[in-house]
Amino acid sequence: MQLSFWTYEGPPHVGAMRVAAAMRDVHYVLHAPQGDTYADLLFTMIERRASRPPVTYTTFRARDLGADTASLFKDAVRDAYARFRPQALLVGASCTAELIQDDPGGLARALGLPVPVVALELPAYQRKENWGAAETFYQLVRACAGPPGPRPARPAGVLPCCNLLGPASLGFRHRDDVTEIAGLLAGLGIGVNVVAPLDASPADLARLRDADFNVVLYPEIADTAARWLERSFGQPTVRTVPIGVAATRAFIAEIAAVAGVDPEGSLRTDECRLPWFSRSVDSTYLTGKRVFVFGDATHAIAAARIADGELGFDVVGLGSYSREFARDLRAAAAELGLDPLITDDMAEVEARIVALQPELVLGTQMERHVAKRLGIPCAVISAPVHVQDFPARRAPQMGFEGANVLFDTCVQPLMMGLEEHLLTMFREDFEFRDDAPPSHLGAAAPPPPPTMSQPLSASSLRWAPEAERELGKVPFFVRGKARRNTERFAAERGLSAITVETLYDAKAHFAH
Amino acid sequence: MSACTALPDAFLPARGQREVFCGLTGIVWLHRKIQDAFFLVVGSRTCAHLLQSAAGVMIFAEPRFATAIIEERDLAGRADADAELDRVVAALLARRPDIRLLFLVGSCPSEVIKLDLGRAAARLDRSCAPGVRVLSWSGSGIETTFTEGEDACLAALVPELPAAAGDAAPSLLVAGALAEVVEDQMARLFAAIGIAPVRFLPPRRATALPPVGPQTRVLLAQPWLAATARALGERGAKVIPAPFPLGAEGTQLWLAAAAAAFGIAPARVVQVTAPAMARAQQALAPHRARLAGQRVFLFPDSQIEVPLARFLARELGMAPVEIGTPYLHRFHLAPELALLGEGAPVREDQDVERQLDRCRAARPDLVVCGLGLANPLEAEGMATKWSIELVFTPIQGFEQAGDLAHLFARPLDRRARLRV
Ligand code: SF4
Repeated sequence: MQLSFWTYEGPPHVGAMRVAAAMRDVHYVLHAPQGDTYADLLFTMIERRASRPPVTYTTFRARDLGADTASLFKDAVRDAYARFRPQALLVGASCTAELIQDDPGGLARALGLPVPVVALELPAYQRKENWGAAETFYQLVRACAGPPGPRPARPAGVLPCCNLLGPASLGFRHRDDVTEIAGLLAGLGIGVNVVAPLDASPADLARLRDADFNVVLYPEIADTAARWLERSFGQPTVRTVPIGVAATRAFIAEIAAVAGVDPEGSLRTDECRLPWFSRSVDSTYLTGKRVFVFGDATHAIAAARIADGELGFDVVGLGSYSREFARDLRAAAAELGLDPLITDDMAEVEARIVALQPELVLGTQMERHVAKRLGIPCAVISAPVHVQDFPARRAPQMGFEGANVLFDTCVQPLMMGLEEHLLTMFREDFEFRDDAPPSHLGAAAPPPPPTMSQPLSASSLRWAPEAERELGKVPFFVRGKARRNTERFAAERGLSAITVETLYDAKAHFAH
Repeated sequence: MSACTALPDAFLPARGQREVFCGLTGIVWLHRKIQDAFFLVVGSRTCAHLLQSAAGVMIFAEPRFATAIIEERDLAGRADADAELDRVVAALLARRPDIRLLFLVGSCPSEVIKLDLGRAAARLDRSCAPGVRVLSWSGSGIETTFTEGEDACLAALVPELPAAAGDAAPSLLVAGALAEVVEDQMARLFAAIGIAPVRFLPPRRATALPPVGPQTRVLLAQPWLAATARALGERGAKVIPAPFPLGAEGTQLWLAAAAAAFGIAPARVVQVTAPAMARAQQALAPHRARLAGQRVFLFPDSQIEVPLARFLARELGMAPVEIGTPYLHRFHLAPELALLGEGAPVREDQDVERQLDRCRAARPDLVVCGLGLANPLEAEGMATKWSIELVFTPIQGFEQAGDLAHLFARPLDRRARLRV
């Protein structure tokens, strides 16, 4: 058993729902008790979906267990087919039904329905939401894409085209990313054959093989299916995730190479303001800001690279709850010289944030709450999603416009540049007294909790009172850094007490 | 007076998909009510996800509930369930020394694999004594629907209540979680009427359990407490039949029923409640003008539907088209059904697809439904009221009668304002 207070991912059948709900003409019959219908509101409330997700639950009860849950399931499948007439039917079990072993696949197939029935085996006690989504998408693609075989060569004069794989329901800005990337591809003279699962029908999946190559936008959802398509139809896969300026350029180069087109025109970044904004003098204050990054692997890795190379931050921590992509995350952390954090325990993430004392957190809604409690600015860059992550305006993460959005996302929570300089200059004035919170956090911003100003290590380091007072004169937004550096300096030298001298020795030491 | 319009099709007990929460959801308000209790669900990732998603409580602070997520190794018999529970509980208590009462809460998976949480709780209760009490109840979806979780929790508390002294004077026990503001108002009214002592279940602190005995008279504040009422009966307490305290009329009848059980004349109740009654009527009047004659369709959710429909029909003049309820406890709801009148379109249980068909055919002016259905129905052009607010917001009592009416007026008001 695992003690869990909050979870980043739901159970795997919720991942299956995210695929089913993204598509058209698919229906999912889930063998599950009544309470599991809560999942509907994720779609209708968070995503403001205007129709119910295409899911039928059997809602079996205790008294059915001794009797016949199997016929209950068959009735549900029959009724759902009659009512919704999908092109393909997904069937499966939630955690509870998995235990009663009714074999949803066998039962549904025995009905002889005239559409493909895809039986999902999603081990609820081992796997989680993203894995469930990937497995569901893969199984659907396999069932609908037709028999493996080579594709006919593209006739001369016909534009190359590709599939965009991975966007799903409840994804972090997936719909906006698709618009952005489709536009970028159009600029390269490349058509989009099928986008899936978002807005695709099973009939569209049957056309996947017509594309020259596949683009995996979200490996958490599409990697398994893309590998199968690669094996089955010889379609190359483009794996660069175009989040950030550098990544978007690398993506364009990779696409151009695979498609055999000239990338030059598209590599121009005139419309991308991030490079200039980052170089403009106002951004000087971003230099070396300590940033902690956490999210799904794709978004966390991308955000860390942008923070490092495109915003000039200091990435001090990088982590992800996507165990399936832990290797990618470790590699990215190694590039930045960081100790990666792979966990789905929010308490561990919180402890790491407290220990690292970042000046900005880029994370999920859960890190947003942690950061709020700690009084640290934060921006959300990854699922799990909240209604706020579905803004009315278009706000992609991918492509050059996505980079613009990310610049705003990362910079706006921080104190505005000039504001910070003024604070330093006027810090003796009472308006800028130590405990005045950053004005942009509003009057309601909580004062930083004691954890942030207490010594973090359990070591025997003791601050002399006058050193503590001197530290108090350091502006609050760099005080944590000064304290941390001083303690590290003292610890490295085996000092047991920190005096004013130690404080300034450490300052000189780290001022290189 | 009853303003119900019966549906043409017969009210067959159709059995199909239910669109309701399970009893675990009760933890969302119970943990806020009993402030030194902790709720540890023994369940799956689904249970954990439900708890954090269902009620929009995603504050991601250190909560007073958590899930011990059953893993593959627990199922494959590679881990001993008792040892695992001991380990998880020890870790929890080490982290949260403020816990005085720990509930082990059963779920569908724990029940299907026949984890005996009652026995586990008894064992942990001994090993954690004297600082922490450990009790268990089940909020599983195969056994409980939404508010039945609260019923199961309170029923689990009943055997723990201290016995009232043999010569104790009659006392009143109000059962069912109420918002504190409501509880305080009610306490003042009972005192003014002359009913004393009055205690509440659940108490605000687990360490202050109300005594119970043959002299205890129980007044249910919520309609979903069948098991709790039964358990209190087993302790000798007697339930006072009453309508529920929704609306001005409902609140007054509720108080009057309690007064009668204590031999206090109805005139006294009328006299004491007159100012609050007048305020409530005044607050209701504008909403009544807006809502009278409007047809309302209630999907089953919390079991509050029947008392609610009575309030909507009798105090606001609305016409219930269908009153869905997950269960109908005819005994506890008898006073409500009497007020609602013969032929009220009450429908127990659910087949959500057919119910939606009926709802679309009826084209009501307002639909009361869960969050899974609200936006889709709005998109079809129907005005909706989320039923979940009826369990999360203070709606009982005189001072909240206007607020309760406002919940139903607001969706219509909003539609009238929007020109997009
Ligand atoms: S219905 Fe059962 S499995 Fe689902 S959340 Fe409720 S208790 Fe858990």
